[in-house]
Amino acid sequence: MAPATGPTGTPTRLDEGAGTRAGVGDSPLRPDGTLKVTGDFAYSSDMWHEDMLWGCTLRSPHAHAEIRSIDTGEALRQPGVHAVLTFDDLPAATTHYGLEIQDTPVLAHGRVRHHGEPVALVAADHPETARRAAAKIKVEYEELPVVHDEASALGEGAPLLHPDRDDLPQGPPASSGPGGTPSAPHVPHPNIVHRQPIVRGDAEAAAGRADVIVTGEYEVGMQDQAFLGPESGLAVPAEDGGVDLYIATQWLHSDLRQIAPVLGLPEEKVRMTLSGVGGAFGGREDLSMQIHACLLALRTGKPVKIVYNRFESFFGHVHRHPATLWYEHGATRDGKLTHMRCRIVLDGGAYASASPAVVGNASSHAAGPYVVDDVDIEALALYTNNPPCGAMRGFGAVQACFAYEAQMDKLAAELDMDPVDFRQRNAMSRGSLMPTGQPVDAPAPVAELLRRVKARPLPMEAQWESVGGETDVRALPGGLSNTTHGEGVVRGVGYAVGIKNVCYSEGFDDYSTARVRLEVVGGEPVALVHTAMAEVGQGGITVHTQIARTELGVTQVTLHPADTRVGSAGSTSASRQTYMTGGAVKHVCELVREKVLRRGRELFGTHHPAWATAELLLEGGKVVTDGGEVLASLVDVLGEEAVEAEDEWRHRATAPFDLETGQGFGHVQYSFAAHRAVVEVDTELGLVKVVELACAQDVGKAMNPQAVVGQIHGGTTQGLGLAVMEEIVVDPAAKVRNPSFTDYLIPTIADTPTIPVDVLELADEHAPYGLRGAGEAPTLSSTPAVMAAIRAATGRALPRVPVRPEHIVEV
Amino acid sequence: MEFLRPATWEEALAAKAEHPSAVPIAGGTDVMVEINFDHRRPTHLMDLGRIRELREWEVGDDTVRLGSSVPYSTIIDQLATELPGLALASHTVGSPQIRNRGSVGGNLGAASPAGDSHPALLAAGAEVEAESVRGTRFLPVEDFYTGVKRNALAEDELIKTVHIKKAEGPQQFSKVGTRNAMVIAVCAFSLALHPEGRTVRAGIGSAAPTPLRARAAEDFLDAALADGGFWDSGRALPPSLAREFAELCSGACNPIDDVRGSAAYRRRAVGVMARRTLGWTWESYRSTCSGRTTEGGSQCA
Repeated sequence: MAPATGPTGTPTRLDEGAGTRAGVGDSPLRPDGTLKVTGDFAYSSDMWHEDMLWGCTLRSPHAHAEIRSIDTGEALRQPGVHAVLTFDDLPAATTHYGLEIQDTPVLAHGRVRHHGEPVALVAADHPETARRAAAKIKVEYEELPVVHDEASALGEGAPLLHPDRDDLPQGPPASSGPGGTPSAPHVPHPNIVHRQPIVRGDAEAAAGRADVIVTGEYEVGMQDQAFLGPESGLAVPAEDGGVDLYIATQWLHSDLRQIAPVLGLPEEKVRMTLSGVGGAFGGREDLSMQIHACLLALRTGKPVKIVYNRFESFFGHVHRHPATLWYEHGATRDGKLTHMRCRIVLDGGAYASASPAVVGNASSHAAGPYVVDDVDIEALALYTNNPPCGAMRGFGAVQACFAYEAQMDKLAAELDMDPVDFRQRNAMSRGSLMPTGQPVDAPAPVAELLRRVKARPLPMEAQWESVGGETDVRALPGGLSNTTHGEGVVRGVGYAVGIKNVCYSEGFDDYSTARVRLEVVGGEPVALVHTAMAEVGQGGITVHTQIARTELGVTQVTLHPADTRVGSAGSTSASRQTYMTGGAVKHVCELVREKVLRRGRELFGTHHPAWATAELLLEGGKVVTDGGEVLASLVDVLGEEAVEAEDEWRHRATAPFDLETGQGFGHVQYSFAAHRAVVEVDTELGLVKVVELACAQDVGKAMNPQAVVGQIHGGTTQGLGLAVMEEIVVDPAAKVRNPSFTDYLIPTIADTPTIPVDVLELADEHAPYGLRGAGEAPTLSSTPAVMAAIRAATGRALPRVPVRPEHIVEV
Repeated sequence: MEFLRPATWEEALAAKAEHPSAVPIAGGTDVMVEINFDHRRPTHLMDLGRIRELREWEVGDDTVRLGSSVPYSTIIDQLATELPGLALASHTVGSPQIRNRGSVGGNLGAASPAGDSHPALLAAGAEVEAESVRGTRFLPVEDFYTGVKRNALAEDELIKTVHIKKAEGPQQFSKVGTRNAMVIAVCAFSLALHPEGRTVRAGIGSAAPTPLRARAAEDFLDAALADGGFWDSGRALPPSLAREFAELCSGACNPIDDVRGSAAYRRRAVGVMARRTLGWTWESYRSTCSGRTTEGGSQCA
């Protein structure tokens, strides 16, 4: 072995290039995994700063009311209180924010539009002091009539949620709205946030060719993301008049764009750093306490921490849109779909949040993963006084999937066909057209996914019976509550399949930024990866280290904390981060590799002809030829130099949907999953035990197979929750009835079935590594599969989720 | 909020006499939730954690003397033979962590109609030993619940012990919740057979403003079992008998519609649980009868 020499000498360490370990396709341990399991992980709620104050939010007890007056005097006089802020204290001309439409007041101004809307803020030296002071703020309300459903939103004389809305730029209104209020061709009433029709072919004519037609009205309740780490963050005022915000979010730069104008600061004076995020599922796309903490910090000159408790958290973030869905499908006797028509009404609640995009998704996925040429679709989101709804895993596609899959079962029953066989006859494949006219130009193994879940052996019957004749109630509906020893229990099996888009759609400029530096540290090449990607538990940081290892041939990868000192990574949503920030890290690693190779050629090119002629790779800390010959070690090539690159990376462009026909190349990529549910139903008590939820999903490329299976387990379980228990109950007065984990139930391990997973890897040639965003698709088909199984066991129609025991026993 | 930490039972009684609004706290599984949700802000909290005898129990000839702070996990592990209904009910309380902290005394103090131990106490038969500086009272558990989250304790009284009849026959407990673990009862039911006195007792939870006994159903079943000679013969019960018992249990309910379930469903579910638990307990009783398979065989009880 030649001795190591300086950077201009002969290359050293020319031993065999050891293959790169823990790269793409491996399942290295998550860096945050052990910490989270042992309780050592620092979440955003764990932050502490010397001299910090605690912020508290006073919220509206009413769903709709005029604010006559606010008296903060008594609260301000309480010892320990440093500031009390209302709308009148906002420092800048910008007083509203929003993801797409800036309609959300930072603090209520003259009117509250939903139960729990923030009205005033307090900063005090102790959280209990802040809470007591908030209780002393006197707000005089005059209650207003409540808009709580489609009839009350669009009826004659309906109160308008946003009479001055200015988000409808489509020129002169086609028909003027009530009272001369704004409207646009696609928004026929000012209490409609957004409406998207999709028309292709001639559904009316095609209906004439149908041998059978089935219709249905379906309902989806309001699901909550129920992330375990409540909203929290710490704002620290800076000497330059700016503020440093440490925050749990899904998209730092989107927050920044909304926060800075309200503070009256340029974006560079609001420096954001991601802190430990305890789950998100869409619920952290919108702002919660970000602006509030910054306002209090800037006002008091002290660091301010805000942590919501569980109760407040239910009011602190948007939820999944509840939906009512009317569907009609037709089919010929031989089991071919003729047409579909549907109308999907989503309840967006008091503020827009992500409603327009959810409408776009619900409408464009309304037909499901099926070939149907003649469609007539309408989806819209309402403004109401219900809690604001926005992003949640599955994003509009969840609601549609529940309805179209129920329709598929109805059609199969009507035609006396096997429900899987019927679906397979109509399953889309590569080249099929979406209702939007967009071709699915990547593998679409819908029939194969169904075949795989169906081919699995069924779980054993009557698993609660043990050899000794004892009953294991844990295997029965009701579990340890001991409600049955087998009496009234009927097994059911159901199937479902779904389609979900990946990445941001409809012409959005969706990009991610990465900065990568390669240098020698302690005698070893180390890659430093810096992105603003929010790790919310999805495992993105693990994947970034894997990509850097594979692309740069190193073992050591350091991740820079995610912050706004690097460009935007886009949102950790829409199943997009492995595709997008993973894609950006890959792309920038390639730039770094080019620089390294250029440097290598300069330093060592004369030592070996392959430097000039061969395709060169970085592998095992070495520069190697594609034939595997080692040319130099990275340590020698780099020497004292750090090689760095930074760039933005984009997926292929999409286009908006036409506002009248819905036609357009709207989505980047589609992902597919299928489920088979096996349930035991206590048909007398209406209780359900899901025994098994088998899933097959195409992920294009399993970047980290263990993480992929984890995502599928999690999505499947969240879908089960929507099927049988998870719902925020909102009464007709638009008040939230169950804002706690005592009455908002999420599945426990005793409710979680065996989830066998079958992962397909059919590469999508448009995507980095051929991967397909994996996080959302399993959430879609899980719910309808469970419901199909319960219908099979009970013979009941059950058109609503979550299903309740009283629906199953019909009392 | 003042935090009192009496070292002895006598100190606790004195403190309670001095501060009648003091809220006793043992496991805190109810009290702390109420405080966290800001539903109550008591002037005084009185920690009973230092009083050893409240965590002790004693099995006597006829009853179990259960200290008011004995956690549910202890009942499950140590008293399942003597108190099978209460042990089954204890199994359905919250999570393992909650069962390690929560106690029957706390359930009685909170007097929530949804408390899991109440139906089992009603079915087994129990007396609450309440004490104050003025003296001791023994309250039959059916007289203890006076309204939604209200009980018969005087403001200076504390629950010292619960005297629960030892099982002399099969007992069962069922609870409906919309999740298979860690769930508040939509409604609950407990049944105890008392072969020595040839009576049955049925307790219903979360289906009326207070936990209650299904007296008419008990009377019907007592009479039907006696008239048909079922205690002696150990014969299987005719389905019509179980159905009527179930209907009477349903009829004993006075439920409400709330976020956890509808009144109609609660009535229905109590009936189903009554029918099933009667089947299980009776089958269990029969299996202890030697003569059940022989014509005119020996007496069961």
